[in-house]
Amino acid sequence: MRPENYKPVQHSASHEYELYFGPNHPGIEGNYALKCVLSGDVVQSLRADGGYLHRGFEKIMEERLWIQNVALVPRICVPDPVPMEETYARAVEMLGGLEIPKRAQWIRALMLEASRVCAHLFYFGGHAATMGMYSNMFWGVTDRDLILDIFEEITGARIYHMYITPGGVRRDLPEGVLDRLSKVLDYVESRLPEFDNLFFDNAVVINRATGVGTLTTEQALSWGVTGPNLRACGLPFDVRRDDPYLIYDELDFDIPTETAGDAWARTLVRREELLQSIRILRQIIATLPKVGGPIRCALPNPLAWNVPAGSVYARTESSKGELGFFVVSKGGAKPWRVHVRGPSSMHAVHVLERLGPGSRLEDVAQIMFSLDACPPEVDR
Amino acid sequence: MSKGSFLRPLKALAYLGRPAVTLPMEPRPAAPNYRGFHVNDWEACIGCGTCAQICDNEAIDMVDIPELKADPLAGIKPRRPAIDYGRCCWCALCVDICPTGSISLSREYVHVGPDLNTYYILPDEKGIHGLNYPKGWSKSPDADLLDLKRQTMGEMEPQERLQSFAEMVAGFTPEAALMEASRCIQCGMCHDACPSHMHAPEYIRALWSGDAEEAVRQIYRTNPFSEVCGRVCTRRCEDACSLGNRGEPIAIRWLKRFAMDSLNHEQVRRIAAEGRELAPSGRKVAIVGAGPAGLTCAYDLARQGHAVTVFEALPHAGGMMRYGIPEYRLPYDRLDDDVDVIASLGVEIRYKTRVGHDISMERLRDQFDAVMIAIGLHKGRSTRVPGTNNENVIAAIDLLRDVTLGVAVDVPKKAVVIGGGNVAMDAARTLARLQTRAYGAVQVELVALEPADAMLADADEVREAKEEGVVIVNSRGPRCCIINGERLTGLETVRCLSIFDNQGRFHPLYDHEDAQVHEGDVVVEAIGQMSDFSLLGDKLTEKLDWNGPRPRIDQDGRTSEPWLWAAGDMVEGPDVIHAVAAGHRAAASIHNEIMVREKTP
Repeated sequence: MRPENYKPVQHSASHEYELYFGPNHPGIEGNYALKCVLSGDVVQSLRADGGYLHRGFEKIMEERLWIQNVALVPRICVPDPVPMEETYARAVEMLGGLEIPKRAQWIRALMLEASRVCAHLFYFGGHAATMGMYSNMFWGVTDRDLILDIFEEITGARIYHMYITPGGVRRDLPEGVLDRLSKVLDYVESRLPEFDNLFFDNAVVINRATGVGTLTTEQALSWGVTGPNLRACGLPFDVRRDDPYLIYDELDFDIPTETAGDAWARTLVRREELLQSIRILRQIIATLPKVGGPIRCALPNPLAWNVPAGSVYARTESSKGELGFFVVSKGGAKPWRVHVRGPSSMHAVHVLERLGPGSRLEDVAQIMFSLDACPPEVDR
Repeated sequence: MSKGSFLRPLKALAYLGRPAVTLPMEPRPAAPNYRGFHVNDWEACIGCGTCAQICDNEAIDMVDIPELKADPLAGIKPRRPAIDYGRCCWCALCVDICPTGSISLSREYVHVGPDLNTYYILPDEKGIHGLNYPKGWSKSPDADLLDLKRQTMGEMEPQERLQSFAEMVAGFTPEAALMEASRCIQCGMCHDACPSHMHAPEYIRALWSGDAEEAVRQIYRTNPFSEVCGRVCTRRCEDACSLGNRGEPIAIRWLKRFAMDSLNHEQVRRIAAEGRELAPSGRKVAIVGAGPAGLTCAYDLARQGHAVTVFEALPHAGGMMRYGIPEYRLPYDRLDDDVDVIASLGVEIRYKTRVGHDISMERLRDQFDAVMIAIGLHKGRSTRVPGTNNENVIAAIDLLRDVTLGVAVDVPKKAVVIGGGNVAMDAARTLARLQTRAYGAVQVELVALEPADAMLADADEVREAKEEGVVIVNSRGPRCCIINGERLTGLETVRCLSIFDNQGRFHPLYDHEDAQVHEGDVVVEAIGQMSDFSLLGDKLTEKLDWNGPRPRIDQDGRTSEPWLWAAGDMVEGPDVIHAVAAGHRAAASIHNEIMVREKTP
């Protein structure tokens, strides 16, 4: 907790008490956390307490060259960095009127979907861990690592790829990487039955997650819920299909939905989405070798890149929901203002504060994780 | 919805019998384009600092290395990048923007050390621990961050060029200038290479931001002959430009011209007068020769409040810029603009006043606080091969001067030019234009001692001369002029085997068996020029210290006589921008000297 947020309060005799619910980490001063007021083990009210994790991104971006921000944006969300790169790049492309070469568009879609697979594997593990079931988390992280290997081959880095730049991507795919990705996908698919045994068909898990943190469609819409969380309420909205970018209109995929709107529905939607992403990746693997040409359009010297004045909103379907970048240029070498419309800040602040009251203390972590909120993106 | 099973999760117990997914103790080899610790090829690195500029974490410092030698003309600074791994985020933008491609990231990724200083390294080819890890992320032509291609410059077609002496280069359009200016990486190699240390990065940046007035202000900090230099500068800056390592250097000269062309003459005059000392200092300086060195010196001194009088033998100012450079390269009205800016600061120019004839050096010495001579190289040298005393053997510099002065020149139907430098090209191309006007056909042969790949003239000049129909014959030295009775009919040459001896001295070797005759009514000699020092008079010539054919000067341009300075081509060899630099140097020295003296009554 930030010192200024700490207020010693003289309470009258009460059955309520306040619990600081968040990471206690000696190296992180003020991560995102929750302040819960409890009566017994029932949450009375809940406040999100934004912290200092990866702070000040939007402001820093105003002080950096357009190209330098490529190195900054993936850090906004650690588990799913590619949509950050993609959305920022697309916003700059829209401002500058840049044409992205076809091959770059396919490569970017490949990166985006592979990142979604990563993020969902991470999510299953995380959701299970909030119920105290850590095996699932180890499995998810281990399998995700195989995709990180592919990322390392393509981009030279495992987590923060800094690979998608305005105009295209930074390097062409190394030889044979599509075959290796294909094998990894086979493997991930073959692992799903094991995940089912341990997690998705686990009666204890189903019992624990059903009816927890339920959102109605109306609530979801009025609180700005997007992505899998919205689809778990039965509304099949997906930016990839409803406002297609890159080559998504050339791809064949379904938008899985659930109707219950609770934590379990959100997890089931993501399980289906993982399969859909693998389906998309297979289409990309089949098509990409046939798409030739450059991987980036001609760019001006990045040290003196005068991006024309204007303002744009670019959006992407990230694994967590709609990710948008609102970028304003007044002409010149640096952005004038960048605002990130991150799904996590919606889900982990506005939605969570409203969903929390009434739930039990042991479900708070589960509700938060089932919304797939990413703390650095909240704190940004 | 499925209610799930209580037993099925227990199947995961089978994992107890499987090997664990753990890391091996040996480091795992990184991917082929992994972004690990930096490596830098010090031989290829030029110390431009572009990596430090693009670095978004300010993790790169440029560190001066005393053992390395600076080479401003080649565009090499004696400094190399040092990386702070407390800041680096391994984005590799430094690699993608490096103008030489010297910096790369290796496949080495493990470093553990309790001492923070071990995280701050000066990478060389061997990497952070000297372990010679293979390169990972390195330069890829697919995604170079530099714009290596120059904007095209419009110029007249050869046939159109030959019809007149009109300026052949069109100059940048505003769009092209903006694009060209945006290529600059602001490394400052050009500034170091320029004899006058012009602020090219600053004026290019100003042009990029659309502020032509600021660009001209930056230009006038160091060069009052920017209309001229924007057209005919020898541009050491472009030779040193970092972008030239892998691509085409920035067209700095044309950008300067664009800046000057963007403003009207009144604006330029106003900018040149900014910051000038308005109170007269009471000191008087005489300058002999209204060329680039003399007028630059006059400009500086006038700005400092001194009364400057320039003595010029010819009817117009400019010296070799006017009487040596043909009008198709430098229109006279552009030169007049530069001169007018200088005159507008109160510099008095006395035309058609030949020092040594109309007024003696001794008079100047007595009447002024200081005297500067910058008389240039206006006397042509001769090969002195037999027959060169014929009246139809002329010096290139005399030909060019006569054309400028408007003296009627007997245009030869066929001409032979001896020489392979820029003056030879000027003479040949001027003759080509005169011949086109008089006869409608070009018949000029240019005989150069050097082979085609080692011509002294600019490659552009050679190309343009060829386009205009000048026939260039390489590796041939003159043996004699062929005189038939009184009439010159041509030049006989022999093949040149080598130009310099093994000590690097000029000592051409000829194959006398291989002779060739080049027909011509006129032979033009363009093998170099010298100064006419007759203005000094016997007494002063006797008193001065000489350095071969030139007066000896100190580093400030002062001769052995304390009242006399010398600058420009006459002491440094032919080049406008060197003359400008020398003018500044002499002006600074004169100013320091006369300000400590009593005012002349």
